[in-house]
Amino acid sequence: MPLPDAEQLCRQLAEQIRPHITPHAALVGIHTGGVWIAERLHRALGLPTPLGTIDPAFYRDDFHRSGLHPQLRPSDIPFDVADRPIIIVDDVLYTGRTIRAAMNELFDYGRPARIDLAVLVDRGGRELPICARFCAHVMNIPPDKNLQLEQDEQGLLTLRIIDA
Amino acid sequence: MHNPQLNRNGELQHLLTIEGLPRDIITAILDTAVPFTEVAEREVKKLPLLRGKSVFNLFFESSTRTRTTFEIAAKRLSADVINLNITTSSTTKGETLLDTIDNLCAMQADMFVVRHASSGAPYLIAQHLSAIGRDDIHVINAGDGRHAHPTQGLLDMYTIRHYKKDFTGLTVAVVGDILHSRVARSQIHALTTLGVPEVRVIGPKTLLPAEVEKLGVHVFHDMRAGLKDVDVVMMLRLQNERMQGALLPSPQEFFKYYGLTLDKLELAKPDAIVMHPGPMNRGVEIDSAVADGPHAVILPQVTFGIAVRMAVMSILAAH
Repeated sequence: MPLPDAEQLCRQLAEQIRPHITPHAALVGIHTGGVWIAERLHRALGLPTPLGTIDPAFYRDDFHRSGLHPQLRPSDIPFDVADRPIIIVDDVLYTGRTIRAAMNELFDYGRPARIDLAVLVDRGGRELPICARFCAHVMNIPPDKNLQLEQDEQGLLTLRIIDA
Repeated sequence: MHNPQLNRNGELQHLLTIEGLPRDIITAILDTAVPFTEVAEREVKKLPLLRGKSVFNLFFESSTRTRTTFEIAAKRLSADVINLNITTSSTTKGETLLDTIDNLCAMQADMFVVRHASSGAPYLIAQHLSAIGRDDIHVINAGDGRHAHPTQGLLDMYTIRHYKKDFTGLTVAVVGDILHSRVARSQIHALTTLGVPEVRVIGPKTLLPAEVEKLGVHVFHDMRAGLKDVDVVMMLRLQNERMQGALLPSPQEFFKYYGLTLDKLELAKPDAIVMHPGPMNRGVEIDSAVADGPHAVILPQVTFGIAVRMAVMSILAAH
């Protein structure tokens, strides 16, 4: 299956978001792939509010099945969440459970004015009523495969399909 | 030999002692604690990991700091916490320890945090749970007799790693009443497992256990010699309540030889940190000028203890 160029998708995503950016808007990237994309968007859009990052593993509903992996990173929200428009950034939108967990976590920092979702790829397979306002590419990936974003040593992003 | 703390997959099922715990499990607990330290900065200081679980604090021996930090840790993970102060409860009416446990299991307990004056009591409870087919219930040792206090040992390791970054080049001294100290045993096992090359114990002969060298430590009776160039000084509380017979002439005499004062601390490295598990006997094992001075990290230890206990509970709950 031919996969689109991830760097190209990042640029498209930035242009999609640009007309909707308000002065106080903040980006929050989800570890790890979402943070890479959020860093690029933050630069491209020249946002004054510093970039936030979260690892919503503590809020996942399948924690009792999958346990904790010790590579968890601390969440870092370097701005006041209350009354601020926030865009959650992730690489691949699949079941929607990560996004639900990320929204739950954000609300523990305060009550945002609104939350939007920006993703590089929507691969289908949703299990929750969640959809991305900003999405650079839509494709269908069968459930036995995973779509993964990788960053090489030069910092270049590529998409890859692996067995689930 | 099978380690009774681990399940068939080698995962942590109970936390009973640091002795024999694989290094990667200790490191995983310390790594997991890191993101938990950040929860205290949030408006809502809660994570949903233990939502709907019941954690029973079973304290057969009194404690303020340990019980409170376990309670805070469980509550930050959204668990329901039930505190039982059993020194004043059913055991005084004649109920056995295991009868108490059976009753609490009937109340849908998910986790027991146990402190007991008898060494091995948490192990006995874990064994009993396995015998009655309740492997889904977890036991955390919060201090048993002179044996072990694993979460204290772990939070001490977290503190050392926080300030010193790496264990492999350190010289660490454990000072004072080693004989009665479950904290010292857990510290020594953790330090040697994590690869600290030089662990020293400093204390009078009467307060050192027989054959303490077999734990892989160097023994000093002269505190000044023992503190030379150390990176970390771990003070212990003089446990007057556990002393039988004349082990010490007097607390004043102890302070003179083994109390940590500013001039003794000068022998350690200039950036040495001073730790104490609390509660402190000021003027007995530690001088106030040191306890309140720039080298002391005694209050950060307490704060890190919450994150480390959250890490232990959430790792156990996932297995």
